[in-house]
Amino acid sequence: MAMAWIWCGMVTLSLLFGVLNGTLDAVSAAALEGAQAGVELCVSMAGILCLWTGVMAVMDRCGLTDALARLFRPLLRRLMPQAAGDRETLAALSANISANLLGLGSAATPLGVQAARRMARQARDGTATDELCLLVVLNTASIQLLPTTIAGVRGACGAASPFDIVPAVWLASVLSVTAGVTAARLFARLGRR
Amino acid sequence: MDISAILVPGLLAVTSVVALGRRVNVYDVLTQGAAEGLGVLVRILPNLVGLLTAVYMLRASGAMDFLARLLAPVLALLGIPPETAPLLFIRPVSGGGALAVGSELIRTHGPDSYIGRVAAVMLGSTETTFYTIAVYFGSAGIHRTRHTVPAALIADLVGFAASAFAVRLLFGG
Repeated sequence: MAMAWIWCGMVTLSLLFGVLNGTLDAVSAAALEGAQAGVELCVSMAGILCLWTGVMAVMDRCGLTDALARLFRPLLRRLMPQAAGDRETLAALSANISANLLGLGSAATPLGVQAARRMARQARDGTATDELCLLVVLNTASIQLLPTTIAGVRGACGAASPFDIVPAVWLASVLSVTAGVTAARLFARLGRR
Repeated sequence: MDISAILVPGLLAVTSVVALGRRVNVYDVLTQGAAEGLGVLVRILPNLVGLLTAVYMLRASGAMDFLARLLAPVLALLGIPPETAPLLFIRPVSGGGALAVGSELIRTHGPDSYIGRVAAVMLGSTETTFYTIAVYFGSAGIHRTRHTVPAALIADLVGFAASAFAVRLLFGG
């Protein structure tokens, strides 16, 4: 339902500002242009997106996902000691993180949800535990090694080198994830007092 | 030589050699994966048509400039370019909406411009926060989410400021 409200708000605001600013002609033309641009963008980014989804599938099959999952286990044991005590939860958690890193969104969500459901057994009266909050915060902060969709958009717009933003994405992601984890741990400590 | 120039051919060559070494049928897996990419496109196309229509209308009506002017002083403090203001609002709520707003910014300002790069990095380093929270807690049967929303929004805000910072640092403003 959220999208219904957002779309309705965007269109109504456009009409309102169009009337107030006397830009109704432009708004009307823009509506048709926008729909056209949606299709054009999808078609022109299709090549990059499909190619890299394919490459990611090859990496996954080579065992990169499992290798990354092993790499993250020690960190998860420190961040979520309680959840990591259960072998299956730890496996789902580390697989969730490595799928996120590879941008395999359709694989990451079911794994994360599986971990969340196991961790929710410790929750009382539907109240999230500290570690469950942390898991969700980790998943709301994107950590992606190769942002393929964005590279697709940049390529479609004629970027000289669509992937040149990758180091910047990594830096911003690391800072954002660190902030989220720090905030979650801080709030958890404050809540216990 | 530009380091990112080796990234694409390097990744393609290394993964296929490693895969072949592990007796993985590289070509079959690659094409199956590409077919999955097509599925992603089919899912986002209707969203992009709906949302780019609304975004173009907002831009043409002057509402976007109004929002940018309104927020410019606050965003300047965080080093975030005011042109990206609409992206900040839609990013936590709608993935398709963010892609629509972001790609419109990248197209109008150019993919290799400061604003175009900041918009791309913002899209790549943040997630659809509220959707993720709803999916995880919904399926785990949790209705008291405690500090999850504030912590996740802090991560988003830091991600936005860090995107602008990272682009300035690595490409120069």
